[in-house]
Amino acid sequence: MIKIKNLEASIDDKTILKGIDMEIPAGEVHVIMGRNGSGKSTLANVIAGNEAYEVDSGSIAMNDTDITEMSIENRALEGIFLCFQYPVAIPGVGMAYFLRSALNAHRKHQGKDEMDALEFLNNAKAILSELGLDDSFLKRSINDGFSGGEKKKSEILQLLTINPKLAVLDETDSGLDVDALRTVAKGVNKFKNENNSVLIITHYQRLLNYIKPDVVHLMIDGKIVESGDMSLVEKVEKDGYSWLEK
Amino acid sequence: MVDKNQQVIDKTLEQEYKYGFTTDVDQTKFEPGLDEEVIAKLSKIKNEPEWLLEWRLKAFKNWKKMSEPTWAKIDYEPIDYQALSYYAAPKQKKNDSLDDVDPEILETYNKLGISLDEQKRLEGVAVDAVFDSVSIATTFKDELAKHGVIFCSFSEAVQDHPELIKKYLGSVIPATDNYFAALNSAVFSDGSFVYIPKGVRCPMELSTYFRINATNTGQFERTLIIADEGSYVSYLEGCTAPMRDENQLHAACVELVAHKDATIKYSTIQNWFSGDKDGKGGIYNFVTKRGNCLGDNSKISWTQVETGSAITWKYPSVIMQGDNSVGEFYSVAVTKNKQQADTGTKMIHIGKNTKSTIITKGISAGEGQNTYRGGVKILKNAENAQNFSQCDSILIGDKCGAHTFPYIDVKNPSAKMEHEATTSSIGEDQLFYCNQRGIKLDDAVSMIVNGFCKEVFEELPMEFAVEAKQLIEVTLENSVG
Ligand SMILES: Nc1ncnc2c1ncn2[C@@H]1O[C@H](COP(=O)(O)OP(=O)(O)O)[C@@H](O)[C@H]1O
Ligand SMILES: [Mg+2]
Repeated sequence: MIKIKNLEASIDDKTILKGIDMEIPAGEVHVIMGRNGSGKSTLANVIAGNEAYEVDSGSIAMNDTDITEMSIENRALEGIFLCFQYPVAIPGVGMAYFLRSALNAHRKHQGKDEMDALEFLNNAKAILSELGLDDSFLKRSINDGFSGGEKKKSEILQLLTINPKLAVLDETDSGLDVDALRTVAKGVNKFKNENNSVLIITHYQRLLNYIKPDVVHLMIDGKIVESGDMSLVEKVEKDGYSWLEK
Repeated sequence: MVDKNQQVIDKTLEQEYKYGFTTDVDQTKFEPGLDEEVIAKLSKIKNEPEWLLEWRLKAFKNWKKMSEPTWAKIDYEPIDYQALSYYAAPKQKKNDSLDDVDPEILETYNKLGISLDEQKRLEGVAVDAVFDSVSIATTFKDELAKHGVIFCSFSEAVQDHPELIKKYLGSVIPATDNYFAALNSAVFSDGSFVYIPKGVRCPMELSTYFRINATNTGQFERTLIIADEGSYVSYLEGCTAPMRDENQLHAACVELVAHKDATIKYSTIQNWFSGDKDGKGGIYNFVTKRGNCLGDNSKISWTQVETGSAITWKYPSVIMQGDNSVGEFYSVAVTKNKQQADTGTKMIHIGKNTKSTIITKGISAGEGQNTYRGGVKILKNAENAQNFSQCDSILIGDKCGAHTFPYIDVKNPSAKMEHEATTSSIGEDQLFYCNQRGIKLDDAVSMIVNGFCKEVFEELPMEFAVEAKQLIEVTLENSVG
């Protein structure tokens, strides 16, 4: 699905990613853990094409198409979806309008007809009820005045509506109560299938009790220093990261 | 701002003005210049009563003693008032039948999307079409007359309803009010007149469509709307002009009078030619608009969407004389390229329990300069007056500016005042968020800006809210992707 080779990236001339290699095949869930400031969000942003970051070397490919130089929206249309750590508010822009514009941009790219308002609404309502959100959620301005939990659920609503190929979840579990965490996990499990991939950035094991990862990567100072299975998560929970530094 | 985003935005801002064509029409036009004789000639063409000529001449005398205001944050070449023509009109005179209107002019309005043919009109909207200095046609007059509503050109009202004109003309904006109002009072040529009788809810939206066509001609229209006791009217004006290299002067006056329990809702979509991207040409728009809530429980609400003009100088205001009267001002002002807007409102609370609301959204792009200037005045006897003001500005790019000048003068301690103001840049993070969802940059910009303006657009009548949204879209984006 996605292949990252020797990726180096910087912001304001400060190198953050120092040679990342990672491959997530279709049908797999990968996890990245690492201290605050180690570069996890940077990686998520660079995958999504955020132009505030400079790619200094290396490449990113989606299903064998090199996307390193591709624009943000074209990558999105190629199937990359980022669940933001801090989703930004856009006052006055209704959730329904935004979501339908996003969905139809994807459908157009896939050569499908635009989804009409009614079908869209029925789809969205079904997802909302699974997320424990009221239909009136669609009438609100996007992320404007949303609680922490609502923001994260809104990201999952968008994920399930757009149905991309690769979902990158940047600390989607942070700051959620147990019920909200379960709801979010349920959403991700609903999304995932053998044809798509998930990359979860997290600090905690608790989300991974609901979503079983195939591979766990540990990141230190812009590099992946260790990859393995779920046992790495337990080790980190117990011992932290200092054992990785020699 | 990321350079690439800036480039795309710059490119989209260069969008051509789609109403910039000219109409070739046989016209009567005065030689440039302004003196008593010109005014007398104008008054004579219009077959005006003696008192009106005198009113004009008095205004002119005052105007000559006044000087152009300099307090606004706008910068422009001095206007040579003697180089302008003060009257331009298509040769064919106005007639009750559209068959007599020059087909070129009908075609002009068709191109602008305004059909003067009643059969083809949007249901429920009556139009008065003003072309340069004269009104060309007014639709649905007969239908409106059945309800006792008078909707006609100002010139016709002078002939047919002189008692109303005499009573109300200058009653809200005195001829000496300010430099541009005095000039307008001396030389106004046409405009619209509306009278809604007691207890009548006007059965359709009324609208006037102003078109400046002639070169070197000032447009000085005058609009007067009177809502008698317990009546209601919603009125809309739209404006466009050809693209010309010279600047053109537009100095209008709009007076509104709301009697007891009456409501006037006045909406403007102003899309005069704004000049090219180097700031060449465009309309100088110096406008005085004021409403008087004369009776108790009356309400006047101004909504404006200002996207055009090289210079905009206008402050639609409300005098709340009646007890419990309400004044509102909702504004979206967009400046791009080298446009400058200094706009806002004045809310004057005289009666008890009067209430005013001001919501403004300034959008600056390119090298545009956008100023909000608003005054709220609570007079001594205005017990329990309330004002809420919210003035937001958004900047697109880093070469533009937003400025806010609120003036508050409270003479009664029971007043409740609330003022909020924000200025923000269109967020790189907002654009990233939209792009990440597959939404193109230009669509994202218009989505964000439209969201920013939502509270104001909601005040517009339905049909026009859609138009306003599209106008913002073509003003700020399109053509890329
Ligand atoms: N806009 C920025 N300007 C300068 N440094 C930044 C910027 N954004 C992030 N950084 C730095 O990049 C490093 C990695 O940040 P980030 O990717 O957010 O880490 P994580 O998500 O792993 O906590 C940190 O040292 C952070 O201070
Ligand atoms: Mg982070």
